[in-house]
Parts: sequence; structure tokens; C-alpha cells
Amino acid sequence: MTLLTAPDLLALFGHFLVLSLLAVGGAITTAPDMHRYLVLDQHWITDAQFTASIALAQAAPGPNVIFVAVLGWNVAGPLGAVVTMAGIMLPSTTLALWATRWGQKRREWRGVRAFTSGLAPLTIGLLLATGWVLTDPARGHAGLMVLVLLTVLVMWRSRLSPIWMVGAGMLAGALGWV
Amino acid sequence: MSPHGRSDLAPRPVPRSSLELCRVFNRLAMQGFGGVLPVAQIELVERAGWLTREEFVETLSVAQVLPGPNVCNLALMVGDRFFGWRGALAALGGMMLVPLLIVLVLAAAYDHWAHLPAVAGALRGMGAVAAGLVIATALKLGAALKTNPLGVPLCLALTGATFAAVALARLPMVWVVQGLGSLAIALAWWRLR
Repeated sequence: MTLLTAPDLLALFGHFLVLSLLAVGGAITTAPDMHRYLVLDQHWITDAQFTASIALAQAAPGPNVIFVAVLGWNVAGPLGAVVTMAGIMLPSTTLALWATRWGQKRREWRGVRAFTSGLAPLTIGLLLATGWVLTDPARGHAGLMVLVLLTVLVMWRSRLSPIWMVGAGMLAGALGWV
Repeated sequence: MSPHGRSDLAPRPVPRSSLELCRVFNRLAMQGFGGVLPVAQIELVERAGWLTREEFVETLSVAQVLPGPNVCNLALMVGDRFFGWRGALAALGGMMLVPLLIVLVLAAAYDHWAHLPAVAGALRGMGAVAAGLVIATALKLGAALKTNPLGVPLCLALTGATFAAVALARLPMVWVVQGLGSLAIALAWWRLR
């Protein structure tokens, strides 16, 4: 953890404000640029700290975007977490709320209906793609692939809460079965 | 309750208050390891019944093309739909606050247990389950395409092309959404005549 001056904190805030509006497809898509800024340009955190921040956020419950708070924490402690999180959230939430209201009032317009129904198949494709990318570390490991397939089957065919599968995966991993 | 042609004979369940929104979004976030979306689908569509599968896919489609974390946009949109900006804040706050506290405690404690093989193994196992959860969500939501004005064959072609472009060819998502997305919207516009 470094001690950042006020202008540094302001620059950090500004950088994440801009990234917020570029984060089409989720905050994780801007991770490469965060890496460039925090690790390569400013040297505020190391490469290993960067990777660990993302892994930690994945292991914790909640939206993936909280990895941004962990990055901020590693850069400048609690204040850093507040600055990066506020930066990544404020512009996109404001825009999302405004755009939703605009669309909701005009939901029966042909243009709005064409927009939402046209994008629906892309949404399913993007979800499948995310699932595929997440299986990356599992490919080539029979045990992990079985775990992936088992999860797909159980969740597709039953209404079991996902927490049970997560717990089973955690246990199987900790015991060294997969 | 349904002036939009999506006739439901039984009255649809709705959240009673912003507080209930906050509570449900907190509950779904706390079950969301490696991503909240699969849990959001189960809690909002299958358990609470606040959204139909079709409404969930439509809301998610908009949430994905807007900048910002998808599930955060989704929370804002669902909250706003029922209780305006108060609902939006309640849903987003409910989803974010406790997980943020937890992850920061984890971050502060991380150095002490990162080297244990059991911890690394547990992370690996949870990662595999997270992948399976997302794929299962895609399969379940895919059923909503049956009622899409584009028709099933065209929908499957667009889904397959999107998957191939993003997952296999690893093209930047912005290109894919702009290219295939404008094609799909133009086709839907034409079919909706």
C-alpha cells in the first residue's frame, strides 16, 4: 500500500470515471487498461497484487465489479477503495438509470422493441462465451471439467440454489479431488 | 397490471417495498460466488416471480449494451421499474454493500492464507462451478428466444455467431455488439412490421 497525495487520488478517481463509460460488457472488460495504468504506468501495485485482487473478488460473494475496490484498497487503503469504486460506478449508473427510463416510456415503440428483441440472441451468445472463457483453467483437467458439466446439468434441470454447488466445488478443490 | 399486451391472468407478484427489494438483492448477491447473474435469474424469475423469463432477457440485453457492470445495471433497472430512483438505489445498495465489506476484509487477510494448497484448490473448484453456473443460465434463458419476433432459427444463428466471435475468435466485444447487434436490430425491425 502506497501513500498517495491528493492529486494522485484525484487522478485515480478521474481514470476510473473514464473507464466506467468504456465498460461495455461489464467492468472486467476494462481490467487490461486498469493493469496498464496501475501496474505499468504508475507502479502503485505489482503484477501479482493485480492478479490476486481479481481472484479474491471472484472468491467472494457479490458482483464481480468489487475487484475494483480490492485494487483501490491495494493502491491506497480504504480511501483508495472508495475512490476507485465511486469512479467506476457513478457515470455508468447515472447513464443506465436515464436510459432505462427513456426506453421504458417508449417500450411499445417499434424501434425500442426491435432493439431489445434483436439483442436478446446476442445476450445468450455472450453468456455462453463468458461461460466458455471461465472454463479456461479447467480445460485439460478431467476432474474440473466433470465439475463444470455436473454444475451445468444440475442447475439446468433443477431449482437447487447455486450456493450448494459452489460449496461442493470449494470442498472438492480444498480436498484435492479436482 | 398488464397494459402492454403481455397478458397474465393471475396478478403478478411485485416487491412490497424498497426494503424488500434491498433484502432480495442482498440475498442474491450473497449467494453469487464468481458472478451474480445465475442467482439473479433464479431469485427474480423463478423464486420471486417479479420478472418473466422474457422480461429478464430483455432487461439483461439493455443492461449489457450500456456501459457499467451488467448486474449493477440490472439491479438499477429492476429497482427503478418498481419504486423509481429509491428502488434503484435500494436494489443496488442491497447488492453491493455487504459483499464490498466482505471482500475488503478478505483483501486485508489475504496475505496470511494465500500460500495454503487447500485455499488454492478451493478457489480452483469454485472457479469451475462458476463457469458451469453461467452456462446453465444461458441454457435456461435461451428458452425465452422461442417467443422472439426474429424466429428460432435466426436467433440460434445469431447466438452461435456471437459465441464464435467472442469466445473462439476473441474479437473485441464492442465490435461484435456493433456489427452483429445492428444486423439483429435491423432484422427485428423488419420482422416487427
